[in-house]
Amino acid sequence: MFTIKNYVMANTIEDAYRLLQEGKSNAILGGCAFLKLGAKRIGTAIDLSKLNLDQINETEDTIEIGAMTSFRAVETNEALNKYFNGVLPRSVASIIGIQFRSAVTVGASVYSRYGFSDFITALLVLDTEVELFKSGRIPLDQFLQDGAPRDILTKLVIKKSDIKASYQMMRNSAVDYPILNVAISKGAAGWKIAVGARPQRAALAMKAAKLLDSGEPKDADIEAAVNTAVEELTFGSNSRGSKVYREAIAKGLIARGIREVL
Amino acid sequence: MRIEVIVNNRKIEMDVENNEFLVDTLRRYGFNSVKRGCDTGNCGLCTVWVDEKPTLSCATLAVRAAGRHITTIEALQTEAKEVAEFLVAEGADQCGFCSPGFLMTVLAMKKELQNPTDEEIKHYLAGNLCRCTGYVGQLRAIKKYLGVA
Ligand SMILES: Cc1cc2nc3c(=O)[nH]c(=O)nc-3n(C[C@H](O)[C@H](O)[C@H](O)COP(=O)(O)OP(=O)(O)OC[C@H]3O[C@@H](n4cnc5c(N)ncnc54)[C@H](O)[C@@H]3O)c2cc1C
Ligand code: FES
Ligand code: FES
Repeated sequence: MFTIKNYVMANTIEDAYRLLQEGKSNAILGGCAFLKLGAKRIGTAIDLSKLNLDQINETEDTIEIGAMTSFRAVETNEALNKYFNGVLPRSVASIIGIQFRSAVTVGASVYSRYGFSDFITALLVLDTEVELFKSGRIPLDQFLQDGAPRDILTKLVIKKSDIKASYQMMRNSAVDYPILNVAISKGAAGWKIAVGARPQRAALAMKAAKLLDSGEPKDADIEAAVNTAVEELTFGSNSRGSKVYREAIAKGLIARGIREVL
Repeated sequence: MRIEVIVNNRKIEMDVENNEFLVDTLRRYGFNSVKRGCDTGNCGLCTVWVDEKPTLSCATLAVRAAGRHITTIEALQTEAKEVAEFLVAEGADQCGFCSPGFLMTVLAMKKELQNPTDEEIKHYLAGNLCRCTGYVGQLRAIKKYLGVA
């Protein structure tokens, strides 16, 4: 059981950040679905609920998703369903159930860089930047590599475009964690292929994507891209699936995603 | 910490621990329909409405319920009975342990979705597990209840 010594509703993001730095055991509260599973002894629990971070805003060239936005809000938001073939709503739609998704938050999910994350895989094929209070705005792939220790994720900023995208995943049963997840996109800058839950965190298959960039891919190009993706990314085993199994289904899911976007 | 919560349209003052979850608080204050069926956030039994939205009370810190409207099945007896009759008619309830959370989700779905398809119904109800009945009978019953059978 995790414990909370002090609970503070932050009045400003500056206050929240200052409190976070005051003690190693202090922590930001997201939706608490993951925190409650652990045994963390939190000194000061910092609540961001009053900071207006639960909004999804469409600007002229971006869509911004606040850190305290729930996955259910992502799933039902009009703009997010309109752009990128609804790849973000589709990515979160299989995570447990609607009442779970009403509780969990975007900020915690991205900040924690979970290997199994459905949402991160989909974000990775869009032009996504992560805004952190201290570290500022950084591209998502850089954040996934480097992290940002003891910072606060405030929002995601996604560039609007006519990117076409697809989301594919496989689970042993509905509402379980994914065995593997894949997102594919095609925009003015070319193709992107992201594979997550390998079980390591999502990464882009850059060489494979390049193979698709010269004109309309034919069956042979798709096959080459799929094989290259499986070679350039590392796959591993855990209780949900072996490395060999993951490599096999990766091929199917990537090919399916590419065909959907074509 | 002392908080004021509106439960089933009645203002209640509650004393809560910092790390207490709403499911436990509601039970302490006599809302015994709200139950915990798992430790992980998977089963949906603890579903209540927070400001009308179905939410897991086992993952909602009680302090965060301050000033919110919480609805439990105690306040929806007539509606619950109506759904229950459809479930019984289809042989889709057995021990009934999963019912409080399930009914809260079904009633929310009725408000949120118009003429849902089978897929939309299953998607909405995926987070409510039932160990006894299987889901085919439930789906038949819910479709009849919603008038989309
Ligand atoms: C049983 C279960 C099954 C799941 N299945 C899936 C699945 O199939 N697919 C999937 O993609 N995800 C899955 N998840 C993960 C889930 O979707 C959320 O990503 C996860 O619960 C974290 O969100 P939260 O709001 O609950 O975070 P919390 O538990 O509140 O926080 C998690 C961590 O993030 C920190 N934090 C919170 N907010 C911020 C912030 N703004 N800035 C910096 N740090 C912050 C907290 O201090 C904590 O360390 C599952 C989770 C559970 C519990
Ligand atoms: S008690 Fe199982 S999801 Fe809340
Ligand atoms: S009827 Fe027994 S758990 Fe659903």
